Amino acid sequence: MNIHEYQGKSLLRDNNVAVLEGVHCTSVEQALSAYDSLGSKVVAVKSQIHAGGRGKGTLYHPETREHVMDGGVKIAFSREEVESYATNILGNILVTIQTGDEGKLVSNLYVEAGCDIAHEYYLALLVDRDNKSVLIMASTEGGMDIEDVAHNTPELIHKVVVDSNAGLLGFQKRDLGMALGLQGMALRSFGKMLSNMYTMFIQEDCAMVEINPLVRTGNDEIVALDSKISFDENAEFRHKNWDDLRDLSEEEDVEIRAKETGLSYVKLDGNIGCLVNGAGLAMATMDVIKLYGGEPANFLDVGGGADEEQVKTAFSIILEDPNVKGILVNIFGGIMRCDIIARGVIAATEALSLEVPLVVRLAGTNVDEGKAILAASTLNIHAADDLADGAQKIVALIGGDE
Amino acid sequence: MSIWIEEDAKVLVQGITGKQGMFHADKMVEYGTKIVGGCTPGKGGQTVELQGKPFPVWDGMIEAIEATDADATVIYVPPPFAAEAIMEAADAFDSVKGEGVIVCITEGIPTLDMVKAVAYVENRPGVRLIGPNCPGIITPGETGGAKIGIMPGHIHAKGRIGIVSKSGTLTYEAVAQTMSIDEGQSTCIGIGGDPVNGTGFIDCLAAFQADPQTEAIIMIGEIGGNAEQEAAAWAADNVTKPIVGFVAGATAPPGKRMGHAGAIISGGKGTAEEKFEAFRAAGIACAMDPSELGKVLLESLKAVGLR
Repeated sequence: MNIHEYQGKSLLRDNNVAVLEGVHCTSVEQALSAYDSLGSKVVAVKSQIHAGGRGKGTLYHPETREHVMDGGVKIAFSREEVESYATNILGNILVTIQTGDEGKLVSNLYVEAGCDIAHEYYLALLVDRDNKSVLIMASTEGGMDIEDVAHNTPELIHKVVVDSNAGLLGFQKRDLGMALGLQGMALRSFGKMLSNMYTMFIQEDCAMVEINPLVRTGNDEIVALDSKISFDENAEFRHKNWDDLRDLSEEEDVEIRAKETGLSYVKLDGNIGCLVNGAGLAMATMDVIKLYGGEPANFLDVGGGADEEQVKTAFSIILEDPNVKGILVNIFGGIMRCDIIARGVIAATEALSLEVPLVVRLAGTNVDEGKAILAASTLNIHAADDLADGAQKIVALIGGDE
Repeated sequence: MSIWIEEDAKVLVQGITGKQGMFHADKMVEYGTKIVGGCTPGKGGQTVELQGKPFPVWDGMIEAIEATDADATVIYVPPPFAAEAIMEAADAFDSVKGEGVIVCITEGIPTLDMVKAVAYVENRPGVRLIGPNCPGIITPGETGGAKIGIMPGHIHAKGRIGIVSKSGTLTYEAVAQTMSIDEGQSTCIGIGGDPVNGTGFIDCLAAFQADPQTEAIIMIGEIGGNAEQEAAAWAADNVTKPIVGFVAGATAPPGKRMGHAGAIISGGKGTAEEKFEAFRAAGIACAMDPSELGKVLLESLKAVGLR
């Protein structure tokens, strides 16, 4: 789960990590009064969306798609500029390298005081799969795309692996700070900041905290100039406040509804809907559809213990996508019994008066009963022997990938 | 022989009085797994009926292991308490007998809880953790066997193919593929799809290589991380038995979590293409379609004179 920069900064501030003064705004009027209250001649006017590359993004009108302004993060040197930038950002679509062509509607703005920057750094905390622990990465090359830095000059990225038993140790903070060339007051400020940020990472169940740039000011203070924070969704049960931080407009409505009914759904661009049990098999089903010349319309895992009702919900979610021209059901029954799935498929097909071709492949527990139920039905359901057979059949039924 | 779990392993069930725990404990007894009881804090002294027979429940794992000399435990505890259940089991196995296998089925454990639990288990070298968020481990026997987890027992048969996979249902698919060419399995392990877990691919490959019953291996990965690439590189130098591989998620879009918490392509890393390439570079025979695992396995067995 991702949160906005302004929410992240509030969290950092609460955890004694230095950030600049800023105000979250949803209207031009608020942006102007924010400018007045900040008392800073220079302010940053920043679009708030859950995607990177905002500064180099482009704003478009939501209906006409006319070009409005280059850059979703602007430095304003006057009240007039704040007004003009806020007007150009709010209510328009921001397209960045990470949003895809459709972009994202900007409804939130962050107006932040300026500061005297001596140097920009990169800092990130994340859970590292290889070491099975928290990894801290820092670089002197702040403000740049860190993937480019990692690719072109990997020696400029410094890493610290936190021992889960010992926690973040003093020498690790010093070593990392010195690797960034920090000294004296700046080094001490960095160490303190890192301790606080690590504590926050653990307490808030973060999945990633990325600060790019982290800056050293003219006064040798270390300040987080940006913030990209995501939480580990598995820990939601112990963070009641996440509900308030969640911006539902940033998430696919249908994916949220699927999740509420215990289904895992991701929309894709193809035209063959898939209904599968198990995440790995669901991915493999998409892959095999593609292998035989089709394009999957979605990833959908109904989980291990789906009942008739969930199968029906799954069908209706798949059919909401107007691109869907056919459906492949692929079930390997373990806990889940094939006869239950077969009944669910028939109930859903009838209730939704399914018009697109349907191919069903069943295997595993109670497969013979399941197949018999499907065969006895008068509905137009095509049975498949295995995954390859199922994929080939559905691709043929919708007329290949044309 | 088999790996880690013998056919007659004695198994405890943590969370045995819960709905999931009881349902699967019953299925395990039905398969022939030697379940010796279970553990639910606050319910010690009670019994649970599985397949018409009573099984004892203890409050804590130390007393449960002392009473039963269990070899393994399987965890069906809900996510908020699962990491603690893993650590309790690790402590108990370590202090009572110095060894034991912990299989954690639970899906949805917070990642930082697992960071802590994995470090805790690693400090107890005799203890092995499999999972979490996995189907478990099964060693089929001539009759019955040890099924520790949620996989459908009846699709398996004793044989010489070792299977290791991140995914549940895809493991079943691989099992069915071995059966389609008249091959059974030595041991099948689902290592789980979470970003931080216990036993990894390399542990499994090393154990299969050392196991005399296992003559060939199926390895199934998925997008996210680079465990598959590391395992492939390790296998190139250390595994002499034929390996057949598949990686799920070639069509997954970047940045989207595909069901499993760990199944996500981030920063362009962890793609299926990258993993297939690593497999091929290590001499692993790849199936591009899981329905062809059987065919590719048969070819690999023939190539080394095993068929």
